[in-house]
Formats: sequence, structure tokens, C-alpha cells
Amino acid sequence: MIRDITLGQYYPGDSILHRLDPRIKILATLAYIILLFIVNEWIGFAACFVFLAVEVALSKVPLSYILRGLKVIFLVILFTFVLNLFMYDGEVLVRIWKLTITDQGLKRALFMAGRLILLIISSSILTFTTTPIQLTNGLERLMKPLSKIGVPSHEIAMMMSIALRFIPTLLDETDKIMKAQQARGADFESGNILHRAKQMIPILVPLFISAFRIAQDMALAMEARCYHGGQGRTSMTEMRFRTRDYITAVILLLFAAGIITLRVLI
Amino acid sequence: MSIEVRNITHIYNKGLPQESVALKDVSFTVEDGEFLGIIGHTGSGKSTLLQHLDGLLKPDEGQILIGDVDITAPKVSLLAVRRQIGLVFQYPEYQLFDETVAADVAFGPRNLGLEQEEIDERVRESLSMVGLDYDKIKDKSPFDFSGGQKRRIAMAGVLAMRPRVLILDEPTAGLDPRAHRDVLNMIRTYHKSQADSIIILVSHNMNDIAEYADKVLVMDKGQVRMHGTPKEVFARSAELREIGLDIPDLADLAEKLETRGLHVPKDAFTIPEMAQAIARQLRGGKTDPAAEGGEDA
Repeated sequence: MIRDITLGQYYPGDSILHRLDPRIKILATLAYIILLFIVNEWIGFAACFVFLAVEVALSKVPLSYILRGLKVIFLVILFTFVLNLFMYDGEVLVRIWKLTITDQGLKRALFMAGRLILLIISSSILTFTTTPIQLTNGLERLMKPLSKIGVPSHEIAMMMSIALRFIPTLLDETDKIMKAQQARGADFESGNILHRAKQMIPILVPLFISAFRIAQDMALAMEARCYHGGQGRTSMTEMRFRTRDYITAVILLLFAAGIITLRVLI
Repeated sequence: MSIEVRNITHIYNKGLPQESVALKDVSFTVEDGEFLGIIGHTGSGKSTLLQHLDGLLKPDEGQILIGDVDITAPKVSLLAVRRQIGLVFQYPEYQLFDETVAADVAFGPRNLGLEQEEIDERVRESLSMVGLDYDKIKDKSPFDFSGGQKRRIAMAGVLAMRPRVLILDEPTAGLDPRAHRDVLNMIRTYHKSQADSIIILVSHNMNDIAEYADKVLVMDKGQVRMHGTPKEVFARSAELREIGLDIPDLADLAEKLETRGLHVPKDAFTIPEMAQAIARQLRGGKTDPAAEGGEDA
């Protein structure tokens, strides 16, 4: 069941999105997220939705796989929706006790929930179509100019790639520990919240110990191979923009221009 | 209480590109009181099979009967299953978590809902079974021990549940020779102390399997390749080598002696037995297989 978490994982494939330069994908995802928050009318939202739908279709990642990732954060979306629902003044639609739902509130709530959903799908498309290594290489290159003003871009990228690399490892580890404790009769599924929280201890303690052990081994292995940070380090694969990357950039710019014009006009 | 595995199939990541068949139409039975050894190459489906036996994984097809309870049925109480079956995972020391050794070993029995007195008694008994002194270590942190000792504590945690079926996934991996021996003898002691208990041992060490197991199950690519007594299984050395396995050192020695013209039985799985057989051969000075074969039978 722990394997059901698809959020942030790579989905092997050979679609056009898989082949794009990671840098353009990172920038596009960032831009898309910013645009999601610029949009404030239905029409703009529809445009964002269509844009993402095309992206999903191009990625060739099954929709069910993508939606499974949403399941994990369903509560967050629901919470945001409900919170926004009661927060705004406007024409009252429904009144429950002291709480009122207004037309403005409903609109904002829908927008906010929609934004979150699109945001998560768009960023998971990035991770689905980009291997962790490509992702961090891309990030490192994008942040390189910042190292002139003292931002440790290589170190940040390295930390990210290690974190990403070990998500599946730790998930596996969790799965193993859970099974081992279940074999000893632990029950994680029934009982009240307090009881269940207590049942987490037999998982969390070994998991933390494992994480520290893995970190220690990893640090040793890196040191044994003379790792000393980013200085003078070269990359085995040099990234180069190709025609498809330029085309993507143009499409993206046009889309952004369109969304911004909409916002200004309406 | 016997175990009957009927045609189980298990597929990981069903419907995804990473889909892989871990078990394919696996069937076998384990009799009351049997010591079953399971061998197989890495990725042959051994661990998946063990997890099915404890109800941790459900097969996509097929059934598993423990006694007369079908543990693959949708509404079966897994706690009842776990009262019967103890599973010691690979590197069990990584699942220790509690503040004291005694509390950690008591985790399983407590989950079974036993009385405090009964729990204390079982903790004491299972710690002594793994060769540790209850009074000396009960209040220490389980993390203060060496690797081999931690493994014993973790195994005591499973033994304290007094399972009728004890399943162990490579319990000796990474241990030094002495601890290795100790762990195996401990398993044998447990097997003898519990009437009609079943032991299922997964190991990469053919010598251990030959010495301890009554029956051997050979897994290959998610399927049962052979199932029989160690004598039957290890006689098929060519086939075993073909699927990346080996035969016990003594069987290997017998095979090599054979090519040099000295005929010793291939099913002498302990060093004294083998030594005697060789001595008998040399003393007799006979290399006639027919005469020797008659004497062995």
C-alpha cells in the first residue's frame, strides 16, 4: 500500500516530454505555477486546464496513475476548499448557523482547489517525465549564475538529488519495517487516533535509525571516492537546447502572454 | 497443522509498466513437524512467498491453507494467523524500537493480548532460548548491543509469540561463523521444543540446508523448480548450477572425489559422516563402486 504513493516519482517512458531538456521543463513548470495564481477568471482557468490536459496527453503517463498522486493530498485540497468557502463577503447563497457561503466565497474556493489540483498535476508531470538525475542537473545549471553571489548551487542540487534518490529507498524501508512489525502482531489500521499514533512508534524509531545509518554509509562512500563539493566538477552529460526545446519555449511564452493579457483586459 | 499452498500467483505493480510476476502458479505442502529449506537465486520469489505465508501479501490467484484456515480468504483474522506463524525477516535487528530489551521482546506477545505474567515468562524463556541472560540485559537498551546480539534479541521477539510455524528469511546473513552456528542451533532447539512445529528456512548456504532441512524447495523465476529431500535435490547438481545455485561443499567434494576414482556417498551432509565414508574407502582400498554401494545401503 505504501507503494501507491506516486507523487514525485519517475514514470519511465519515451514521450516528447520525457525527451525535453530538463531546464526548460523546470522553467515551464515554475512559469505555469505562477500563471495559475495570476489567473482570476473562468476563461483563464479553462486555458490553464486545456494547457495541462495537452501536457498530460503528450506525456503518455496514464491518467489513473497521475490521479493516484492526488489522493495523498486530497485532505489538503478539501481543507482549502472549505476554508475559502466561508471566508469572503458577497451575495449570500447558503447560511449555516453563523457561517455563510457567498457567491464570491464559492468562486474563490473553487478557484483555490482548482489551482492546487492543477499545480500538483503540473509538478508531478515534471517529476514523472524527468529522472531525478536530469532534474538536479537541470536545477544545478539553472542556479549556476547564482553561485556568483554566493549561493551554493552545486550543494543545493546535490542535497536535492540525494533527497530524491532516497525517497524510494525510505519507502521500501518503511514497507519492510511495517511488515516486520505486523508480523509481530502490530495493528496499524484499527483503534482511535491516540492508539494509532502510538502504533507509529515501532515504525518511526527503526526508520529514523535506518535513515541515519544510510546517511552515514552514503557520506563515507562519497568521501572514499574523493567527493569534495562542486569546485571544478564537470558533468558527464552536457545539456544542450535543441529545436524542440526552443519550440516549447516559444509556446510557453505565447501562453504566458495570453494569460497575462486576459488578466489585464478583464 | 500442515501448510498447503495451492497455485498462488503474485504480480507486483499490476497494470503498470514496471509490472513483474513474482510468483507463478506455486504449489507445495509442508507437513506437520517438517523443517523446510527454501533455496533460490536472488529475485526468485522467495521473500514474496514468505510474506504470503504470513498473510502480509495477498496472492492475485490461489489459496494458502494453514491447518484448515484459508488465510487468503477476504475476511480472515490476520491476528489469528499471526498467533500461529512467526516470521523473522532478513536483518531483523533493524526492527528493534523499544527502550528496553524486555519491552521490545514483549511487543509481539502484548499484541497477542496475553496476560502480563504470561508475557514476562515468555520474554524470559525466549531470551534464554537465544542464549541471552534475561536478568542481565532486560533493562538495557536494545541499541547498545553488537549486531549479532541485536539479531538474537529480535529473534527472541518472534519466538516469544511461540509460533507453531517459524519462518526465517536468511537469519544468518552477515553473521560471523560462530554466531551463524549459534543461530542455526537455536532454530533447531526451538523446533524440538515445540511439538509438531514447522520451520521454514530461506538460506543461500547450501551446507546449512543440507544439514538441517528435511525437505528442500528450489525456487527459480517465481516458480517451484524442485521439491524433495536434500538427497534428491542435491543429486541434481547440474540443474542447480544452471539456475545459479550451488550444492553443499560435501556433495561437491564427493563429486570431485568421484572424478578421481574414489566413490563416496553423495548424501553425507555432515563432516563426521563424510570423514567416515572416506576413511572406510581408503582403508578398504577398494574403488569398486558396486561393492561400496552395497555396503552403504
